[in-house]
Amino acid sequence: MARVLRGLFGLWLLVQTSMSMATLNIEIIGAGEHQIPIALVPFGGDENLAQSINEVVSGDLQRSGLFRLVDPTGKSPHEPAEVSYPDWQVRGAEALVIGTVAAQSDGRIEARFRLLDAVKEIELIGQAVSANENQLRAIGHRIADLIYEKLTGDRGVFSTRIAYVNRQGRKFSLIVADSDGYNEQAVLTHNEPIMSPAWSPDGSHLAYVSFETGHAVVYVQSLYTNQRVVLANFPGSNSAPAWSPDGKQLAVVLTRDGSSQVYLIRPDGSGLRRMTFSGAIDTEPNFSPDGQSLLFISDRGGSAQIYRMPVEGGPAQRMTFNEGNNFSPRHSPDGKSFVFAHLSKGRFYIAVQDFQTGQMTLLTEGGWEKKPSFAPNGKLILFASEARGRGILATVSSDGRVKQHMFTQSGDAREPTWGSYP
Amino acid sequence: MKKLVISIVLVNLLAACASEPKKEVASAPAPAEATKVTPATPAQAAVDPLNDPASILAKRSVYYPFDVAVVQDADKPVVQAHAKYLSEHANRNVRLEGNCDERGSNEYNLGLGQRRADGVKKMLELGGAKAGQLESVSYGEEKPMASGHDEASWSQNRRTDLNYAK
Repeated sequence: MARVLRGLFGLWLLVQTSMSMATLNIEIIGAGEHQIPIALVPFGGDENLAQSINEVVSGDLQRSGLFRLVDPTGKSPHEPAEVSYPDWQVRGAEALVIGTVAAQSDGRIEARFRLLDAVKEIELIGQAVSANENQLRAIGHRIADLIYEKLTGDRGVFSTRIAYVNRQGRKFSLIVADSDGYNEQAVLTHNEPIMSPAWSPDGSHLAYVSFETGHAVVYVQSLYTNQRVVLANFPGSNSAPAWSPDGKQLAVVLTRDGSSQVYLIRPDGSGLRRMTFSGAIDTEPNFSPDGQSLLFISDRGGSAQIYRMPVEGGPAQRMTFNEGNNFSPRHSPDGKSFVFAHLSKGRFYIAVQDFQTGQMTLLTEGGWEKKPSFAPNGKLILFASEARGRGILATVSSDGRVKQHMFTQSGDAREPTWGSYP
Repeated sequence: MKKLVISIVLVNLLAACASEPKKEVASAPAPAEATKVTPATPAQAAVDPLNDPASILAKRSVYYPFDVAVVQDADKPVVQAHAKYLSEHANRNVRLEGNCDERGSNEYNLGLGQRRADGVKKMLELGGAKAGQLESVSYGEEKPMASGHDEASWSQNRRTDLNYAK
Protein backbone atom coordinates (compact mmCIF):
# COMPACT_ATOMS: atom_id res chain seq x y z
CA MET A 1 0.00 0.00 0.00
CA ALA A 2 2.81 2.39 0.88
CA ARG A 3 4.17 1.87 -2.60
CA VAL A 4 0.89 2.86 -4.19
CA LEU A 5 0.54 5.98 -2.10
CA ARG A 6 4.10 7.16 -2.48
CA GLY A 7 4.43 9.85 -5.08
CA LEU A 8 0.89 11.08 -4.79
CA PHE A 9 0.51 14.80 -4.35
CA GLY A 10 -1.52 16.49 -1.67
CA LEU A 11 -4.13 14.68 0.31
CA TRP A 12 -4.95 11.05 -0.01
CA LEU A 13 -7.83 8.99 1.10
CA LEU A 14 -8.86 5.43 0.78
CA VAL A 15 -12.49 4.68 0.26
CA GLN A 16 -13.69 1.15 0.17
CA THR A 17 -17.11 0.84 -1.40
CA SER A 18 -18.90 -2.40 -0.75
CA MET A 19 -22.40 -2.47 -2.08
CA SER A 20 -25.08 -4.95 -1.17
CA MET A 21 -25.55 -6.07 -4.77
CA ALA A 22 -21.83 -5.96 -5.32
CA THR A 23 -20.22 -8.20 -7.88
CA LEU A 24 -17.00 -6.37 -7.36
CA ASN A 25 -15.08 -4.29 -4.93
CA ILE A 26 -13.84 -0.79 -5.67
CA GLU A 27 -10.97 1.00 -3.96
CA ILE A 28 -10.17 4.63 -4.61
CA ILE A 29 -6.68 5.97 -3.92
CA GLY A 30 -5.71 9.63 -4.06
CA ALA A 31 -7.74 12.78 -4.58
CA GLY A 32 -7.97 15.62 -7.06
CA GLU A 33 -6.35 18.93 -6.21
CA HIS A 34 -9.67 20.71 -5.99
CA GLN A 35 -12.68 18.64 -4.97
CA ILE A 36 -16.18 20.03 -5.16
CA PRO A 37 -18.01 19.45 -1.86
CA ILE A 38 -21.42 18.08 -2.75
CA ALA A 39 -24.30 16.77 -0.62
CA LEU A 40 -26.50 14.02 -2.07
CA VAL A 41 -29.75 13.84 -0.17
CA PRO A 42 -31.33 10.38 -0.55
CA PHE A 43 -34.36 10.89 -2.80
CA GLY A 44 -37.90 10.89 -1.46
CA GLY A 45 -40.45 8.35 -2.60
CA ASP A 46 -39.58 4.64 -2.75
CA GLU A 47 -36.83 4.17 -0.16
CA ASN A 48 -35.18 1.12 -1.76
CA LEU A 49 -35.08 2.67 -5.20
CA ALA A 50 -33.77 5.89 -3.70
CA GLN A 51 -30.97 4.11 -1.88
CA SER A 52 -29.90 2.14 -4.95
CA ILE A 53 -29.73 5.28 -7.07
CA ASN A 54 -27.94 7.21 -4.34
CA GLU A 55 -25.24 4.51 -4.13
CA VAL A 56 -24.61 4.65 -7.88
CA VAL A 57 -24.47 8.46 -8.03
CA SER A 58 -22.20 8.80 -4.99
CA GLY A 59 -19.94 5.97 -6.22
CA ASP A 60 -19.58 7.59 -9.65
CA LEU A 61 -18.82 11.05 -8.30
CA GLN A 62 -16.30 9.73 -5.79
CA ARG A 63 -14.46 7.63 -8.35
CA SER A 64 -13.93 10.67 -10.55
CA GLY A 65 -11.80 12.13 -7.75
CA LEU A 66 -13.31 15.55 -8.40
CA PHE A 67 -15.97 15.50 -5.67
CA ARG A 68 -16.05 15.25 -1.89
CA LEU A 69 -19.30 13.96 -0.42
CA VAL A 70 -20.82 16.06 2.35
CA ASP A 71 -22.87 14.09 4.91
CA PRO A 72 -26.55 15.03 4.61
CA THR A 73 -27.59 13.30 7.87
CA GLY A 74 -30.42 15.08 9.67
CA LYS A 75 -31.68 17.07 6.68
CA SER A 76 -33.82 15.56 3.95
CA PRO A 77 -35.35 18.14 1.62
CA HIS A 78 -36.85 16.70 -1.57
CA GLU A 79 -38.29 19.89 -3.11
CA PRO A 80 -36.66 23.31 -3.54
CA ALA A 81 -39.13 24.87 -1.10
CA GLU A 82 -37.87 22.54 1.61
CA VAL A 83 -34.23 23.58 1.21
CA SER A 84 -32.70 25.84 3.81
CA TYR A 85 -29.43 26.92 2.18
CA PRO A 86 -27.67 27.99 5.41
CA ASP A 87 -27.91 24.35 6.62
CA TRP A 88 -25.74 23.32 3.70
CA GLN A 89 -23.42 26.31 3.73
CA VAL A 90 -22.59 25.48 7.36
CA ARG A 91 -21.61 21.98 6.30
CA GLY A 92 -19.37 23.34 3.59
CA ALA A 93 -21.43 22.00 0.67
CA GLU A 94 -21.12 23.97 -2.55
CA ALA A 95 -23.66 21.82 -4.38
CA LEU A 96 -26.76 19.96 -3.29
CA VAL A 97 -28.74 17.21 -5.03
CA ILE A 98 -32.35 16.52 -4.08
CA GLY A 99 -35.21 14.68 -5.72
CA THR A 100 -37.81 11.95 -5.66
CA VAL A 101 -38.11 8.53 -7.28
CA ALA A 102 -41.15 6.41 -7.99
CA ALA A 103 -42.29 3.47 -10.09
CA GLN A 104 -44.62 4.58 -12.89
CA SER A 105 -47.86 2.84 -13.84
CA ASP A 106 -46.08 1.32 -16.89
CA GLY A 107 -43.42 -0.23 -14.63
CA ARG A 108 -40.71 2.24 -15.52
CA ILE A 109 -38.78 3.96 -12.77
CA GLU A 110 -38.63 7.74 -12.87
CA ALA A 111 -36.31 9.93 -10.82
CA ARG A 112 -36.90 13.68 -10.71
CA PHE A 113 -33.85 15.46 -9.42
CA ARG A 114 -32.48 18.94 -8.95
CA LEU A 115 -28.88 20.12 -8.70
CA LEU A 116 -28.67 23.26 -6.58
CA ASP A 117 -25.82 25.70 -6.14
CA ALA A 118 -25.65 25.95 -2.35
CA VAL A 119 -23.48 29.07 -2.42
CA LYS A 120 -25.38 31.14 -4.97
CA GLU A 121 -28.64 29.55 -3.83
CA ILE A 122 -29.88 28.85 -7.35
CA GLU A 123 -31.07 25.79 -9.25
CA LEU A 124 -28.59 24.51 -11.84
CA ILE A 125 -30.48 21.47 -13.17
CA GLY A 126 -34.04 20.22 -12.80
CA GLN A 127 -34.66 17.06 -14.78
CA ALA A 128 -36.47 13.73 -14.87
CA VAL A 129 -34.57 10.54 -15.76
CA SER A 130 -36.37 7.25 -16.34
CA ALA A 131 -35.51 3.69 -17.27
CA ASN A 132 -36.85 0.17 -16.99
CA GLU A 133 -36.81 -1.43 -13.57
CA ASN A 134 -33.86 -3.65 -14.45
CA GLN A 135 -31.84 -0.59 -15.48
CA LEU A 136 -31.93 1.20 -12.18
CA ARG A 137 -28.17 1.70 -12.21
CA ALA A 138 -28.47 3.44 -15.59
CA ILE A 139 -30.63 6.13 -13.93
CA GLY A 140 -27.91 6.71 -11.34
CA HIS A 141 -25.19 6.89 -14.00
CA ARG A 142 -27.24 9.36 -16.04
CA ILE A 143 -27.81 11.63 -13.03
CA ALA A 144 -24.11 11.45 -12.16
CA ASP A 145 -23.22 12.37 -15.76
CA LEU A 146 -25.50 15.43 -15.66
CA ILE A 147 -24.07 16.59 -12.30
CA TYR A 148 -20.49 15.97 -13.45
CA GLU A 149 -20.99 17.86 -16.70
CA LYS A 150 -22.64 20.84 -15.02
CA LEU A 151 -20.05 21.22 -12.27
CA THR A 152 -16.83 20.35 -14.14
CA GLY A 153 -17.64 21.49 -17.66
CA ASP A 154 -16.56 18.12 -19.08
CA ARG A 155 -18.87 15.45 -20.40
CA GLY A 156 -19.45 12.57 -17.96
CA VAL A 157 -18.52 8.99 -18.85
CA PHE A 158 -20.49 7.14 -16.18
CA SER A 159 -23.07 5.85 -18.69
CA THR A 160 -20.44 4.38 -20.98
CA ARG A 161 -19.38 0.74 -21.14
CA ILE A 162 -16.12 -1.13 -21.01
CA ALA A 163 -15.01 -4.47 -22.44
CA TYR A 164 -12.31 -6.80 -21.15
CA VAL A 165 -11.19 -10.42 -21.15
CA ASN A 166 -11.61 -12.50 -18.00
CA ARG A 167 -9.38 -15.55 -17.61
CA GLN A 168 -10.27 -18.19 -15.08
CA GLY A 169 -8.02 -21.20 -15.29
CA ARG A 170 -8.31 -22.30 -18.92
CA LYS A 171 -11.62 -20.52 -19.45
CA PHE A 172 -11.61 -17.18 -21.26
CA SER A 173 -14.63 -14.86 -21.39
CA LEU A 174 -15.14 -11.65 -23.32
CA ILE A 175 -16.99 -9.34 -20.92
CA VAL A 176 -18.96 -6.14 -21.50
CA ALA A 177 -19.77 -4.14 -18.36
CA ASP A 178 -20.80 -0.67 -17.18
CA SER A 179 -17.97 1.83 -16.74
CA ASP A 180 -17.91 1.04 -13.00
CA GLY A 181 -17.50 -2.69 -13.69
CA TYR A 182 -21.07 -3.66 -12.79
CA ASN A 183 -23.59 -5.41 -15.05
CA GLU A 184 -21.00 -7.85 -16.39
CA GLN A 185 -22.22 -9.74 -19.42
CA ALA A 186 -20.25 -12.46 -21.16
CA VAL A 187 -20.29 -11.96 -24.93
CA LEU A 188 -18.23 -15.08 -25.62
CA THR A 189 -16.75 -17.88 -23.49
CA HIS A 190 -14.22 -20.49 -24.63
CA ASN A 191 -11.56 -22.80 -23.28
CA GLU A 192 -9.13 -21.19 -25.69
CA PRO A 193 -7.63 -17.68 -25.43
CA ILE A 194 -9.60 -14.56 -26.33
CA MET A 195 -7.63 -11.35 -26.94
CA SER A 196 -7.71 -7.72 -27.98
CA PRO A 197 -11.35 -6.55 -27.71
CA ALA A 198 -11.95 -3.35 -29.73
CA TRP A 199 -15.15 -1.27 -29.74
CA SER A 200 -16.63 -0.02 -32.97
CA PRO A 201 -16.94 3.79 -32.81
CA ASP A 202 -20.75 3.58 -32.37
CA GLY A 203 -20.50 0.93 -29.65
CA SER A 204 -22.59 -1.57 -31.61
CA HIS A 205 -19.84 -4.11 -32.37
CA LEU A 206 -16.75 -5.62 -30.81
CA ALA A 207 -13.81 -6.86 -32.82
CA TYR A 208 -11.64 -9.40 -31.00
CA VAL A 209 -9.24 -12.31 -31.43
CA SER A 210 -10.29 -15.84 -30.56
CA PHE A 211 -8.23 -19.04 -30.67
CA GLU A 212 -11.30 -21.28 -30.77
CA THR A 213 -10.25 -22.81 -34.11
CA GLY A 214 -6.69 -23.44 -32.88
CA HIS A 215 -4.99 -20.24 -34.00
CA ALA A 216 -5.57 -16.49 -33.71
CA VAL A 217 -8.54 -15.36 -35.86
CA VAL A 218 -10.15 -11.88 -35.83
CA TYR A 219 -13.94 -11.69 -35.51
CA VAL A 220 -16.42 -8.80 -35.53
CA GLN A 221 -19.52 -9.41 -33.42
CA SER A 222 -22.73 -7.40 -33.07
CA LEU A 223 -23.65 -6.72 -29.45
CA TYR A 224 -27.33 -6.44 -30.44
CA THR A 225 -27.78 -9.69 -32.39
CA ASN A 226 -24.65 -11.54 -31.19
CA GLN A 227 -24.08 -12.48 -34.82
CA ARG A 228 -20.49 -12.32 -35.96
CA VAL A 229 -18.34 -12.42 -39.05
CA VAL A 230 -14.79 -13.68 -39.52
CA LEU A 231 -12.79 -10.55 -40.28
CA ALA A 232 -9.38 -12.16 -40.86
CA ASN A 233 -8.50 -15.84 -40.93
CA PHE A 234 -5.25 -16.18 -42.83
CA PRO A 235 -2.50 -18.73 -42.13
CA GLY A 236 -0.48 -17.78 -39.06
CA SER A 237 -1.71 -15.18 -36.57
CA ASN A 238 -4.51 -12.66 -37.18
CA SER A 239 -4.64 -10.08 -34.43
CA ALA A 240 -4.81 -6.57 -32.95
CA PRO A 241 -8.00 -5.18 -34.57
CA ALA A 242 -8.50 -1.38 -34.31
CA TRP A 243 -11.40 0.60 -35.81
CA SER A 244 -11.07 3.77 -37.85
CA PRO A 245 -13.04 6.67 -36.31
CA ASP A 246 -15.67 6.49 -39.09
CA GLY A 247 -16.09 2.73 -38.56
CA LYS A 248 -15.51 2.05 -42.27
CA GLN A 249 -12.30 0.09 -41.87
CA LEU A 250 -10.14 -1.66 -39.32
CA ALA A 251 -6.42 -1.99 -38.95
CA VAL A 252 -5.39 -5.59 -38.24
CA VAL A 253 -2.08 -7.42 -37.89
CA LEU A 254 -1.39 -10.49 -40.02
CA THR A 255 1.56 -12.84 -40.41
CA ARG A 256 0.34 -14.21 -43.75
CA ASP A 257 3.26 -12.58 -45.61
CA GLY A 258 5.94 -13.35 -43.01
CA SER A 259 6.34 -11.39 -39.79
CA SER A 260 3.55 -9.43 -38.06
CA GLN A 261 2.57 -6.51 -40.30
CA VAL A 262 -0.23 -3.93 -40.23
CA TYR A 263 -3.03 -4.13 -42.82
CA LEU A 264 -6.31 -2.28 -43.41
CA ILE A 265 -9.53 -4.18 -44.04
CA ARG A 266 -13.24 -3.34 -44.27
CA PRO A 267 -15.59 -4.59 -41.52
CA ASP A 268 -16.99 -7.22 -43.91
CA GLY A 269 -13.50 -8.63 -44.55
CA SER A 270 -13.04 -7.10 -48.00
CA GLY A 271 -10.50 -4.61 -49.34
CA LEU A 272 -7.35 -5.93 -47.65
CA ARG A 273 -4.43 -3.50 -48.00
CA ARG A 274 -0.96 -3.89 -46.51
CA MET A 275 0.30 -0.85 -44.57
CA THR A 276 3.75 -1.73 -43.20
CA PHE A 277 6.67 -3.45 -44.95
CA SER A 278 9.28 -3.81 -42.25
CA GLY A 279 10.00 -7.51 -41.75
CA ALA A 280 9.91 -6.66 -38.02
CA ILE A 281 7.05 -7.20 -35.58
CA ASP A 282 4.65 -4.32 -36.30
CA THR A 283 1.48 -4.49 -34.20
CA GLU A 284 -1.06 -2.74 -31.97
CA PRO A 285 -2.23 -0.16 -34.52
CA ASN A 286 -4.45 2.68 -33.27
CA PHE A 287 -6.13 5.37 -35.41
CA SER A 288 -5.83 9.05 -34.58
CA PRO A 289 -9.21 10.72 -33.84
CA ASP A 290 -9.09 12.49 -37.24
CA GLY A 291 -8.50 9.14 -38.97
CA GLN A 292 -5.38 10.47 -40.71
CA SER A 293 -2.61 8.55 -38.96
CA LEU A 294 -1.83 5.34 -37.11
CA LEU A 295 0.23 4.75 -34.03
CA PHE A 296 1.68 1.24 -33.76
CA ILE A 297 4.58 -0.54 -32.14
CA SER A 298 7.52 -2.10 -33.91
CA ASP A 299 10.79 -3.74 -32.97
CA ARG A 300 12.36 -2.61 -36.26
CA GLY A 301 14.91 -0.58 -34.28
CA GLY A 302 15.90 -3.56 -32.15
CA SER A 303 13.28 -3.31 -29.38
CA ALA A 304 9.58 -2.51 -29.14
CA GLN A 305 8.95 1.23 -29.60
CA ILE A 306 6.03 3.38 -30.75
CA TYR A 307 5.85 4.69 -34.32
CA ARG A 308 3.43 6.84 -36.28
CA MET A 309 2.57 6.69 -39.97
CA PRO A 310 -0.01 8.29 -42.31
CA VAL A 311 -3.03 6.13 -43.11
CA GLU A 312 -2.58 6.89 -46.79
CA GLY A 313 0.85 5.27 -46.56
CA GLY A 314 4.40 6.52 -46.30
CA PRO A 315 7.33 6.34 -43.94
CA ALA A 316 6.83 5.74 -40.23
CA GLN A 317 8.27 8.09 -37.65
CA ARG A 318 9.56 6.84 -34.32
CA MET A 319 7.79 8.49 -31.38
CA THR A 320 9.40 7.04 -28.24
CA PHE A 321 13.07 7.28 -27.37
CA ASN A 322 13.02 6.64 -23.63
CA GLU A 323 15.04 3.84 -22.06
CA GLY A 324 12.93 0.70 -21.95
CA ASN A 325 10.29 -0.68 -24.26
CA ASN A 326 6.88 0.76 -25.10
CA PHE A 327 3.64 -0.96 -26.00
CA SER A 328 -0.09 -0.47 -26.62
CA PRO A 329 -0.34 3.18 -27.76
CA ARG A 330 -3.79 4.81 -27.72
CA HIS A 331 -4.58 8.35 -28.85
CA SER A 332 -6.25 10.74 -26.43
CA PRO A 333 -9.73 11.79 -27.63
CA ASP A 334 -8.43 15.30 -28.47
CA GLY A 335 -5.54 13.80 -30.45
CA LYS A 336 -2.95 15.84 -28.58
CA SER A 337 -1.30 13.00 -26.69
CA PHE A 338 -1.15 9.22 -26.46
CA VAL A 339 -1.13 6.82 -23.56
CA PHE A 340 0.92 3.61 -23.56
CA ALA A 341 2.47 0.88 -21.43
CA HIS A 342 6.12 1.58 -20.62
CA LEU A 343 8.36 -1.35 -19.63
CA SER A 344 11.47 -0.39 -17.71
CA LYS A 345 13.68 -2.61 -15.53
CA GLY A 346 11.07 -5.35 -15.42
CA ARG A 347 8.14 -3.12 -14.42
CA PHE A 348 5.23 -1.88 -16.51
CA TYR A 349 4.05 1.72 -16.06
CA ILE A 350 1.13 3.60 -17.59
CA ALA A 351 2.61 6.63 -19.33
CA VAL A 352 1.34 9.48 -21.46
CA GLN A 353 3.29 11.44 -24.07
CA ASP A 354 2.48 14.81 -25.57
CA PHE A 355 2.73 14.88 -29.38
CA GLN A 356 3.95 18.45 -29.50
CA THR A 357 6.61 18.39 -26.79
CA GLY A 358 7.51 14.70 -26.93
CA GLN A 359 7.46 14.81 -23.11
CA MET A 360 6.66 11.48 -21.43
CA THR A 361 4.92 11.44 -18.03
CA LEU A 362 4.50 8.34 -15.87
CA LEU A 363 0.98 8.17 -14.42
CA THR A 364 1.49 5.15 -12.16
CA GLU A 365 4.10 3.80 -9.80
CA GLY A 366 4.72 0.67 -11.86
CA GLY A 367 4.03 -3.02 -11.53
CA TRP A 368 2.00 -5.18 -13.90
CA GLU A 369 0.15 -2.30 -15.52
CA LYS A 370 -0.76 -2.83 -19.14
CA LYS A 371 -3.22 -1.96 -21.89
CA PRO A 372 -4.29 1.62 -21.15
CA SER A 373 -7.26 3.19 -22.93
CA PHE A 374 -8.82 6.64 -22.54
CA ALA A 375 -12.36 7.28 -21.38
CA PRO A 376 -14.18 9.12 -24.18
CA ASN A 377 -13.86 12.43 -22.28
CA GLY A 378 -10.10 11.97 -21.94
CA LYS A 379 -10.20 12.48 -18.15
CA LEU A 380 -9.67 8.89 -17.04
CA ILE A 381 -7.53 6.03 -18.29
CA LEU A 382 -8.57 2.41 -17.84
CA PHE A 383 -5.86 -0.25 -17.68
CA ALA A 384 -5.10 -3.80 -16.55
CA SER A 385 -3.29 -4.09 -13.25
CA GLU A 386 -2.63 -6.66 -10.59
CA ALA A 387 -3.40 -6.76 -6.89
CA ARG A 388 -3.53 -9.57 -4.36
CA GLY A 389 -2.27 -11.97 -6.98
CA ARG A 390 -5.11 -11.32 -9.42
CA GLY A 391 -5.48 -9.45 -12.66
CA ILE A 392 -7.77 -6.48 -11.98
CA LEU A 393 -9.14 -3.42 -13.74
CA ALA A 394 -7.82 -0.05 -12.68
CA THR A 395 -8.23 3.58 -13.64
CA VAL A 396 -6.06 6.63 -13.20
CA SER A 397 -7.08 10.22 -13.84
CA SER A 398 -5.28 11.74 -16.81
CA ASP A 399 -3.29 13.94 -14.39
CA GLY A 400 -2.20 10.85 -12.41
CA ARG A 401 -3.74 12.08 -9.14
CA VAL A 402 -6.61 9.66 -8.57
CA LYS A 403 -6.44 5.90 -8.96
CA GLN A 404 -9.00 3.21 -8.40
CA HIS A 405 -8.91 -0.56 -8.41
CA MET A 406 -11.91 -2.61 -9.48
CA PHE A 407 -11.89 -6.20 -8.30
CA THR A 408 -14.03 -8.37 -10.50
CA GLN A 409 -15.82 -11.31 -8.95
CA SER A 410 -13.29 -13.97 -9.89
CA GLY A 411 -10.51 -14.77 -12.31
CA ASP A 412 -8.03 -12.41 -13.95
CA ALA A 413 -9.28 -9.33 -15.77
CA ARG A 414 -7.14 -8.53 -18.82
CA GLU A 415 -6.99 -6.14 -21.75
CA PRO A 416 -9.74 -3.68 -20.78
CA THR A 417 -10.89 -1.11 -23.30
CA TRP A 418 -13.22 1.83 -22.79
CA GLY A 419 -16.18 2.18 -25.15
CA SER A 420 -17.58 5.34 -26.72
CA TYR A 421 -20.40 7.60 -25.55
CA PRO A 422 -23.82 5.89 -25.73
CA MET B 1 20.89 -8.19 -40.18
CA LYS B 2 24.37 -7.81 -38.74
CA LYS B 3 22.88 -5.70 -35.93
CA LEU B 4 20.41 -8.44 -35.21
CA VAL B 5 23.18 -11.03 -34.96
CA ILE B 6 25.16 -8.82 -32.60
CA SER B 7 22.19 -8.24 -30.37
CA ILE B 8 21.49 -11.95 -30.25
CA VAL B 9 25.09 -12.65 -29.28
CA LEU B 10 24.78 -10.02 -26.56
CA VAL B 11 21.59 -11.53 -25.28
CA ASN B 12 23.24 -14.92 -25.25
CA LEU B 13 26.11 -13.55 -23.23
CA LEU B 14 23.69 -11.96 -20.81
CA ALA B 15 21.72 -15.15 -20.57
CA ALA B 16 24.93 -17.03 -19.83
CA CYS B 17 25.73 -14.63 -16.99
CA ALA B 18 22.35 -15.06 -15.41
CA SER B 19 21.98 -18.26 -13.48
CA GLU B 20 20.30 -20.28 -16.15
CA PRO B 21 17.41 -22.30 -14.81
CA LYS B 22 17.41 -25.94 -15.71
CA LYS B 23 15.30 -26.41 -18.74
CA GLU B 24 12.91 -29.07 -17.71
CA VAL B 25 11.62 -30.62 -20.87
CA ALA B 26 8.31 -32.25 -20.32
CA SER B 27 8.94 -35.56 -22.01
CA ALA B 28 6.17 -36.73 -24.24
CA PRO B 29 3.80 -39.27 -22.76
CA ALA B 30 5.24 -42.61 -23.76
CA PRO B 31 2.74 -45.16 -24.99
CA ALA B 32 2.60 -48.46 -23.13
CA GLU B 33 4.39 -50.48 -25.80
CA ALA B 34 7.35 -48.11 -25.69
CA THR B 35 7.75 -48.49 -21.93
CA LYS B 36 7.83 -52.24 -22.33
CA VAL B 37 10.86 -51.84 -24.55
CA THR B 38 13.50 -52.51 -21.93
CA PRO B 39 17.10 -52.97 -23.09
CA ALA B 40 17.05 -52.44 -26.81
CA THR B 41 17.22 -55.57 -28.88
CA PRO B 42 17.39 -55.82 -32.65
CA ALA B 43 13.76 -57.00 -32.64
CA GLN B 44 12.62 -53.53 -31.58
CA ALA B 45 13.92 -51.89 -34.74
CA ALA B 46 10.36 -51.40 -35.98
CA VAL B 47 9.36 -49.28 -32.96
CA ASP B 48 8.69 -45.64 -33.83
CA PRO B 49 11.69 -43.72 -32.44
CA LEU B 50 9.30 -40.90 -31.59
CA ASN B 51 7.95 -43.11 -28.82
CA ASP B 52 11.34 -43.91 -27.35
CA PRO B 53 11.70 -41.91 -24.13
CA ALA B 54 15.48 -42.23 -24.38
CA SER B 55 15.56 -40.68 -27.86
CA ILE B 56 16.39 -37.03 -28.42
CA LEU B 57 12.98 -36.96 -30.13
CA ALA B 58 11.41 -37.18 -26.66
CA LYS B 59 12.40 -33.53 -26.32
CA ARG B 60 9.50 -31.60 -27.78
CA SER B 61 10.28 -28.06 -26.63
CA VAL B 62 12.97 -25.50 -27.40
CA TYR B 63 13.65 -22.49 -25.16
CA TYR B 64 14.70 -18.88 -25.73
CA PRO B 65 16.24 -15.89 -23.98
CA PHE B 66 14.00 -12.83 -23.46
CA ASP B 67 12.71 -11.23 -26.68
CA VAL B 68 14.69 -13.65 -28.88
CA ALA B 69 13.20 -15.92 -31.54
CA VAL B 70 16.32 -17.69 -32.87
CA VAL B 71 16.74 -21.35 -31.91
CA GLN B 72 19.63 -21.52 -29.45
CA ASP B 73 22.69 -23.69 -30.12
CA ALA B 74 21.80 -26.01 -27.24
CA ASP B 75 18.45 -26.80 -28.83
CA LYS B 76 19.58 -27.10 -32.44
CA PRO B 77 20.29 -30.88 -32.22
CA VAL B 78 16.70 -31.36 -31.00
CA VAL B 79 15.20 -29.52 -33.96
CA GLN B 80 17.59 -31.24 -36.38
CA ALA B 81 16.62 -34.67 -35.02
CA HIS B 82 12.93 -33.87 -35.52
CA ALA B 83 13.68 -32.63 -39.03
CA LYS B 84 15.39 -35.92 -39.85
CA TYR B 85 12.52 -37.90 -38.33
CA LEU B 86 9.92 -35.93 -40.30
CA SER B 87 11.86 -36.36 -43.53
CA GLU B 88 11.82 -40.13 -42.94
CA HIS B 89 8.18 -40.25 -41.83
CA ALA B 90 6.26 -38.31 -44.45
CA ASN B 91 2.94 -39.34 -42.87
CA ARG B 92 3.71 -37.53 -39.59
CA ASN B 93 2.59 -33.93 -39.07
CA VAL B 94 3.71 -31.56 -36.35
CA ARG B 95 2.27 -28.33 -35.04
CA LEU B 96 4.79 -25.72 -33.84
CA GLU B 97 3.37 -23.68 -30.99
CA GLY B 98 5.26 -20.51 -30.06
CA ASN B 99 4.91 -19.09 -26.54
CA CYS B 100 6.30 -16.08 -24.69
CA ASP B 101 6.78 -14.73 -21.22
CA GLU B 102 4.50 -11.92 -20.09
CA ARG B 103 6.99 -9.07 -20.57
CA GLY B 104 5.49 -7.31 -23.54
CA SER B 105 1.98 -6.56 -24.71
CA ASN B 106 -0.32 -9.45 -25.56
CA GLU B 107 -0.15 -8.52 -29.26
CA TYR B 108 3.61 -8.06 -29.38
CA ASN B 109 4.03 -11.44 -27.75
CA LEU B 110 1.66 -13.00 -30.24
CA GLY B 111 3.98 -11.72 -32.96
CA LEU B 112 7.07 -12.91 -31.10
CA GLY B 113 5.57 -16.37 -30.52
CA GLN B 114 4.74 -16.60 -34.21
CA ARG B 115 8.32 -15.65 -35.05
CA ARG B 116 9.59 -18.38 -32.71
CA ALA B 117 7.31 -21.03 -34.21
CA ASP B 118 8.17 -19.92 -37.75
CA GLY B 119 11.88 -20.09 -36.92
CA VAL B 120 11.56 -23.73 -35.85
CA LYS B 121 9.44 -24.42 -38.92
CA LYS B 122 12.10 -22.99 -41.21
CA MET B 123 14.81 -25.04 -39.52
CA LEU B 124 12.73 -28.22 -39.87
CA GLU B 125 12.23 -27.50 -43.58
CA LEU B 126 15.97 -26.94 -44.04
CA GLY B 127 16.52 -30.28 -42.35
CA GLY B 128 14.30 -32.12 -44.81
CA ALA B 129 10.75 -31.85 -43.46
CA LYS B 130 8.10 -30.90 -46.01
CA ALA B 131 6.07 -27.70 -45.56
CA GLY B 132 2.90 -29.77 -45.71
CA GLN B 133 3.91 -31.61 -42.53
CA LEU B 134 4.31 -28.39 -40.58
CA GLU B 135 1.95 -25.82 -39.11
CA SER B 136 3.14 -22.89 -37.00
CA VAL B 137 0.90 -21.05 -34.56
CA SER B 138 1.47 -18.61 -31.74
CA TYR B 139 -0.16 -18.46 -28.34
CA GLY B 140 1.85 -15.40 -27.34
CA GLU B 141 1.61 -15.00 -23.56
CA GLU B 142 -1.94 -16.40 -23.42
CA LYS B 143 -1.12 -19.96 -22.35
CA PRO B 144 1.68 -19.72 -19.80
CA MET B 145 3.05 -23.00 -18.43
CA ALA B 146 4.16 -21.20 -15.23
CA SER B 147 2.38 -18.14 -13.86
CA GLY B 148 4.95 -16.46 -11.59
CA HIS B 149 6.36 -12.99 -12.28
CA ASP B 150 9.92 -14.27 -12.14
CA GLU B 151 12.65 -15.68 -14.35
CA ALA B 152 11.93 -19.23 -13.14
CA SER B 153 8.46 -18.99 -14.67
CA TRP B 154 9.38 -16.80 -17.62
CA SER B 155 12.15 -19.16 -18.78
CA GLN B 156 9.61 -22.00 -19.01
CA ASN B 157 7.16 -19.83 -20.95
CA ARG B 158 9.63 -18.69 -23.65
CA ARG B 159 9.25 -21.79 -25.71
CA THR B 160 8.24 -23.45 -28.93
CA ASP B 161 6.52 -26.81 -28.51
CA LEU B 162 6.62 -29.46 -31.21
CA ASN B 163 3.20 -31.01 -30.98
CA TYR B 164 2.83 -34.11 -33.17
CA ALA B 165 -0.59 -34.94 -34.57
CA LYS B 166 -1.86 -38.27 -33.26
